[in-house]
Amino acid sequence: MIELIDVKKRFDDKWVTKGVNLTVEDGAMTCIIGRSGEGKSVLLKQIIGLIEPTSGKILVNGEDITHISEKKRDQVFEHFGYVFQFAALLDSLNVFENVGIKLIENGRSIKDVLPIVKEKLSMVQLSEDTLYKYPSELSGGMRKRVGLARTLITNPTVVLYDEPTTGLDPITSRVIQELMFGMQKKLNLTSVIITHDVNMFKYADRVALLHDGRIQHVCDAKTIWESKDPYIYQFIRGLPDGPIQTEIPHDKDRF
Amino acid sequence: MIIKFIDFIGRYVLEICRSLGSFFLFLSKTITTLFTTKLKVSKLFSQMQRIGVDSLSVVVLTGISTGMALALQTYFGFKRVGGEQFIGAIVALGMVRELGPVLTGLMVAGRAGSSITAEIGTMRITEQIDALKTLRINTYQYLVVPRIMASTIILPFLTLFAMIFGIAGGYIVCVYVLELSPEDYISSIKTYAEMADITGGLIKACVFGLILSWVGAYKGYRTTGGARGVGKSTTSSVVTAAILILVVNYFLTKMLEHL
Repeated sequence: MIELIDVKKRFDDKWVTKGVNLTVEDGAMTCIIGRSGEGKSVLLKQIIGLIEPTSGKILVNGEDITHISEKKRDQVFEHFGYVFQFAALLDSLNVFENVGIKLIENGRSIKDVLPIVKEKLSMVQLSEDTLYKYPSELSGGMRKRVGLARTLITNPTVVLYDEPTTGLDPITSRVIQELMFGMQKKLNLTSVIITHDVNMFKYADRVALLHDGRIQHVCDAKTIWESKDPYIYQFIRGLPDGPIQTEIPHDKDRF
Repeated sequence: MIIKFIDFIGRYVLEICRSLGSFFLFLSKTITTLFTTKLKVSKLFSQMQRIGVDSLSVVVLTGISTGMALALQTYFGFKRVGGEQFIGAIVALGMVRELGPVLTGLMVAGRAGSSITAEIGTMRITEQIDALKTLRINTYQYLVVPRIMASTIILPFLTLFAMIFGIAGGYIVCVYVLELSPEDYISSIKTYAEMADITGGLIKACVFGLILSWVGAYKGYRTTGGARGVGKSTTSSVVTAAILILVVNYFLTKMLEHL
């Protein structure tokens, strides 16, 4: 279980999160939704220890990861995976090296690693033809799937996804979503997903709306779809008018 | 007005302290990683190839042209007092004690130091370093230690080439352009140049190798702000490394004078 207790983060003079409280249950799929620039990715990076919170506690199975040694942190996050928004593949390495990097760096031989990499690639529906291709030779969807395969190499119990379908066409988005949900069920993963994609969070067990640096609402997907709460109603339907203000002036009569 | 000025000075001083602290902590973490984790030997050799072997042609060209120019300048000065027979010693001592290590350091800082910054900086802004961290891969062991070690080890070898080709360049000018006696050139080197001069030059080269890769890796690792940030870091890396090499060179010369 992951618990965020009053997590605040400040960059220079700007507070990005102003006191986030959230509980992520084991085996559940939790979506965090919110507008661009609300600090969703920062929040996710704080959960996995890439960014230190300014204050507050992040408990992973009861252990506060904000106050532990690097060695202990490595143990806590041993089976955590993180799927980056733009895959973050190492561009000087091919697909095989990217997916198998963790095992290769741990001293496993290429002969040992190859079948494992092939297995993980097949889990994300990528053929062996892609093994020796470089990230620059792959499409956006393929890159995301390679990123997913790289995450699976650690046999994760928790996977954090940072906007997994952003920038993809609707068909590829659907493929990625189905892959994620399939793996979620098959591997009994705990997933935390940052997304804007309304098709994504309708499958989630819980949906949290981040607005103004705080989690404003947490509920299941069905409730959020039917909610009349003005914040949720406006966000889900993408309405320009409502309690969530846009920085771009909206002129109804213009179009 | 005065309060604002004091506030500005205070912030500036704090920023310098913060940057210096971060710079030295980076090296300290690199050294700790070097002694507490297994060295990636294949990465070390690959970096030695990229930083050293790939810079060889630039270093050889720099050495030979500097040696030739030094011989010519020395000749113009020394012929006024009839000291042409000392040209060999001047070229050799100049190349071995000062110009060889300093010019090699500066050339490699421009060629390989900038490449280290650009590579690590690009990895930083495209979240590749974050990806390594989420896989629990030690980024210092993977990225920083092989580069700093390779540069520190390989720079004395490159400097040796700069020294040899510099002295050879001086020989070519003296013998084939100025038509001086080759025996004078060689005997003056034998008389005045000592092993300690070469050792001192190579020690300097080691230090310059450490400086240029340390600065290069640090600037890359701390890159922020997209493509423009990578450009800024790369420029800053070359300028900082060059200044540090020139400043440290003076103190090393002073320290090594009794070697």
